[in-house]
Amino acid sequence: MSKNSNSAGEDRDVVGKAYDSMLVRRLWGYVGDQKAKLFLAVFLLLLGSAAELAGPWLSKVAIDKYIASGDTTGLIRIVIVFVVVAALAGALRWSQVYLTGEAGQIIMYRMRRDVFDKLQRLSVPYFDRNPVGRLMTRITSDVQALYELFGSGMVAIFGDVFMLLGITVVMFAINWKLALLTLTVIPVLLLVTFAFRKVVRDLYRRTRSQISALNGYLQENLTGMRIVQLFGREEHNFARFQEQNIALKNTYLKTIFFYALFFPGVELISALAVGIIIWGGGTMMIAGVVTVGTLVAFLQYVERFYRPVRDLAEKYNILQAAMAASERVFQVLDERVEVADSGSPSAAPAGVYPFIEFRGVWFAYKDEEWILQDLSFVVQEGESIAVVGATGAGKTTIISLLQRFYDVQRGEILIRGRNITDYPLTELRAMLGIVLQDVFIFAGTVADNIRYGRPDASETEVEDSSRVVCADRFIERLPEKYQEPMMERGATLSTGQRQLLAFARALLRKPDLLILDEATASIDTETEQLIQQAIRRVLEGRTSIIIAHRLSTIQRCDRILVMHHGRLREQGTHEELLTLGGIYHRLYRLQFGQVAEAAAS
Amino acid sequence: MKSLLHLLPYLKKYKTHITWGCVAAVFTTGISALAPWILKLAVDDLRETVTAGKLAMYGGLFVGTALVGGVFRYYMRMLLIGMSRKVEQDLRDRVFSHLQAQPVMYYTRHRTGDLMARMTNDLDSVRNVLGPGFMYPIDTGLTAIFSLVLMLMLSVKLTLLTLLITPLVSWSVFKLGKVTHRLTTDIQEQYSRLSEQAQENLSGARVVRAFSQEQQEIEKFDELNQEYVSRNLSMTRVQALFFPLMGFLFEVGAALILLVGGFGIIRGEMTLGDFVAFVGYLGMLAWPMIAIGWVANLLQRGAASMKRIQEMLDTEPEIQSAALPKSPSARTGRVEFRGVRFMYSPTSPSLGVLDFTIEAGQTVAFVGATGSGKTTLINLIPRLLDPTEGQVLIDGVPTTEWDLAELRRCVAMVPQDAFMFSETVYNNLVFGNPAASRDQAMASARVSRIDKDVETFSAGYETMVGERGVTLSGGQKGRLALARALVRDPLILILDDALSAVDTHTEEEILSGLRSFMKHRTSILISHRVSTVREADRIFVLREGAIVEEGTHSELLENNGIYADMERRQRLEAELEMTE
Ligand SMILES: Nc1ncnc2c1ncn2[C@@H]1O[C@H](COP(=O)(O)OP(=O)(O)OP(=O)(O)O)[C@@H](O)[C@H]1O
Ligand SMILES: Nc1ncnc2c1ncn2[C@@H]1O[C@H](COP(=O)(O)OP(=O)(O)OP(=O)(O)O)[C@@H](O)[C@H]1O
Ligand SMILES: [Mg+2]
Repeated sequence: MSKNSNSAGEDRDVVGKAYDSMLVRRLWGYVGDQKAKLFLAVFLLLLGSAAELAGPWLSKVAIDKYIASGDTTGLIRIVIVFVVVAALAGALRWSQVYLTGEAGQIIMYRMRRDVFDKLQRLSVPYFDRNPVGRLMTRITSDVQALYELFGSGMVAIFGDVFMLLGITVVMFAINWKLALLTLTVIPVLLLVTFAFRKVVRDLYRRTRSQISALNGYLQENLTGMRIVQLFGREEHNFARFQEQNIALKNTYLKTIFFYALFFPGVELISALAVGIIIWGGGTMMIAGVVTVGTLVAFLQYVERFYRPVRDLAEKYNILQAAMAASERVFQVLDERVEVADSGSPSAAPAGVYPFIEFRGVWFAYKDEEWILQDLSFVVQEGESIAVVGATGAGKTTIISLLQRFYDVQRGEILIRGRNITDYPLTELRAMLGIVLQDVFIFAGTVADNIRYGRPDASETEVEDSSRVVCADRFIERLPEKYQEPMMERGATLSTGQRQLLAFARALLRKPDLLILDEATASIDTETEQLIQQAIRRVLEGRTSIIIAHRLSTIQRCDRILVMHHGRLREQGTHEELLTLGGIYHRLYRLQFGQVAEAAAS
Repeated sequence: MKSLLHLLPYLKKYKTHITWGCVAAVFTTGISALAPWILKLAVDDLRETVTAGKLAMYGGLFVGTALVGGVFRYYMRMLLIGMSRKVEQDLRDRVFSHLQAQPVMYYTRHRTGDLMARMTNDLDSVRNVLGPGFMYPIDTGLTAIFSLVLMLMLSVKLTLLTLLITPLVSWSVFKLGKVTHRLTTDIQEQYSRLSEQAQENLSGARVVRAFSQEQQEIEKFDELNQEYVSRNLSMTRVQALFFPLMGFLFEVGAALILLVGGFGIIRGEMTLGDFVAFVGYLGMLAWPMIAIGWVANLLQRGAASMKRIQEMLDTEPEIQSAALPKSPSARTGRVEFRGVRFMYSPTSPSLGVLDFTIEAGQTVAFVGATGSGKTTLINLIPRLLDPTEGQVLIDGVPTTEWDLAELRRCVAMVPQDAFMFSETVYNNLVFGNPAASRDQAMASARVSRIDKDVETFSAGYETMVGERGVTLSGGQKGRLALARALVRDPLILILDDALSAVDTHTEEEILSGLRSFMKHRTSILISHRVSTVREADRIFVLREGAIVEEGTHSELLENNGIYADMERRQRLEAELEMTE
């Protein structure tokens, strides 16, 4: 059984039906403790319908019994009963709608939460592949599409099915022959529904993926609007947007077309059933097989019978949309976590080990396009290491691997003698304080941003670490200082200021290992030098890895690793590398030759 | 509710659709009203004499009516619901192109998640108004009129009595509607917040992981999610009231009829048969009554959402092309700042007053501490920002009098953060000039030294770049951004710290290539490195928004000010290294 459902996940497009039942089962699983509420709602729905049906009956009694006999007190009494029953019916319906709505909201809440939770557990490669706009669609509109199902559809479907069953039973009880005759159109109905389902389901799938693509494009354009405008791409991008927008509309129109055929189709089939009864039943009556009363009752029941059928057809819409949406939601939930905590973290090995060790590491983002090749190096506790190399040499990649954003293909990375895959992710990352090349500032206050890695840090700590990186200078000048609200991605700060914030944020964590990836690239020389002096004090005895293109930034490092095309080509102290006369020597000459020249001129 | 009037212009385009759709709706309703009548005739006949021929006729009539009704129903759905999708598309296009006209400052004030929410969720509820918004009133209106006429024919008094509940109905629709409107606004606002939070979290996925903040992020989201649910539940509570309340009010009306009609019969003012028929027709009014509640609810939600969409559309772009654009007599690339002052907000520090001229073909550089206003200054040239005071002139024409697209065509900028689109490397390269020849693109790639890197990618120029360029290294992104600017073949080239992520060796190569490229163009460089700017014709030093030094490299060194200090620091670093 479980094996079955596993394979269903793989080729969901092929095994439509099997997957459908699996989806339904899974959705049902989501209902969880809300089941009781939904059952209660179904019960209330039936009760409510009964109360509603009581109205006509009461007026019949009033007419037959009291009005006809001129009994005014009886009439007043029954009118009061009538109003009370109506109030009861209203109350029942209200509680039923509320219950289902509540259950629906709670189920949605859980689903949204689960998708978000899952997205927090998914690792960086997943985000490399999936644009934010598309993922957003999963959390928002896909989940929303399911609300209709739980919030109203499901209970109504139950109600309709009950009604159908009830009427069928009654019809068979009255006259099974006539009942069979009435139901002759059912196969046609099933056939139509089945064909319809196939078409519409594909359309719904297409709709959902088109919405997601459209939103992805929209979101990318909104975030990159500055570039769009600078490069005069408004018209071009508008045309692309419109193209997708029209494609989506056309899919909708196609869906509308099938529904416009389907609904009248169902009506026609039900009319056919009535026609058959009038004609067939009438013939039976002439033959004396059935009575007039039976026939009239049947006609009324058939009307009642096809109303839920029509309703069900309406609900079909909701159901299909929900199926297509849930498929996509479950796809996220089922996504394999590429970089996961190992189940059983091993204990720290005894003995003395270097802080970090790369052992024959091979890594490629894609297939066999090796970015790092056979990389081995060691960083001792308390050492400060610089990594240099041309752009694209793989320096940032080393840092990403150290944080386990990606897992290596071959070889291993050890921290204090233990493979990093044996550390719980949070523990591993807690050791590292990183200033990434791409700074990300969150909406919130300046203080919130600095505190990001350590929400419990005190105000003085926040201010201290800002002071170390000279961020205090500009923060103090903001109208609300540390409480100044930040816009999305720190849009109201200069690039250098953003870098300083990120720097303060990393320092505040008091990490065992500080990693700076081009952390001062956009900062002026004076500030940079001040930061360096300050950091040297703060980092006293701490391990650090610094990536920088400006060799001046790394002058005081204990050891320099020179990367070239994914390989470690040279390593040693500054002097050793200079005497070696290799890549480093050349880089150095290029950079400082110039300055020396300038000094001479 | 008024906000829904903003939809009128969009509906105009589909006048014929709507007209015919409404006609179809009238027929659909009319014909479905026929069915019970046929049934009644059949039943009446059954009680008396019946022949096989008559039976076949009734049966056929019934099916025939359904068939004709079905045709109309088909057109009604196609026309009216189809129209709602078409209007949705128009509206979405409209909002998108409006957003495209909004200046950069708009996007610092509004969060992407919020804008996205308005363009998705709110648009959805507006669209929901359109199809059913036409179909239901027609359906229910006709049924109501039909039954009211029949009722009037039977008893004017009782009919008027029935209408007694109308004020009660309107009053409750009005009251509930107001609440719905408010609650919907609350809900949509919360949805925006939810969407902002998710959007930010996903964009910052790496940082969240680097700082192990997944749990905190989950909690933050959960809080918003819970609030969203609780607001929705308040709405459900009200919404759940609509149907039953209308149903109940109707039953009260029915009870009233029963009472008054009953007394009427007892007093002999009315026949029993008429009364029974009257009660029967009254039953036909039940559905329209309930539908009123439903439609009111739908309209209120749509109105609240439309207001949020209209808010976007009502924000006039602060920066717009001149109504009567002027063209300079000659395009040379001369840039002049005349008495320019700029402030982001009244409380923020100001830039300026700036007065300077960059002659055509010159290369100038701006240096200055972090936050001194360099980026702000250059953003004034392509009108990403407009000066608070004074003018920026290009070739003698103030930028505000240029045609905006034309102005931006003259300027190419390499911004500090190299935003890339998730397309192929090649498409990013020709982003600003899709008409560029392949040779031109390759030449630009060569000058910016990105060509060698691209060659190492397995798919070359057809390699897909991840969102924002995540699959490129920092230096690769910077150089691709440079190449992207060069492909535009601009009159004025602006590099905002564009080479900071590039190693010195590559930088030197790029600069020497650029020198010949920039020969006949005005170029503006921003950098923190002396090595990048020392060859410029003129160097401006910015401090706290003002130009404090100006001159060539050697002039500034003589001047012995900020620039000289910066140069000394960088030289000392080098010498320190050399002697170590
Ligand atoms: N997420 C990714 N997916 C696929 N390829 C990637 C990804 N990130 C980086 N690369 C590729 O890996 C190579 C090395 O990139 P990396 O960022 O490690 O370089 P780097 O040495 O840090 O360069 P720079 O000095 O420019 O920052 C580059 O060719 C880059 O295109
Ligand atoms: N959208 C904005 N709203 C309010 N203030 C802003 C906005 N953008 C920038 N600022 C502020 O204006 C000042 C100048 O910023 P700008 O980006 O021009 O500096 P910069 O000289 O380019 O610095 P860097 O060298 O770090 O790039 C900074 O103090 C910054 O905080
Ligand atoms: Mg800047």
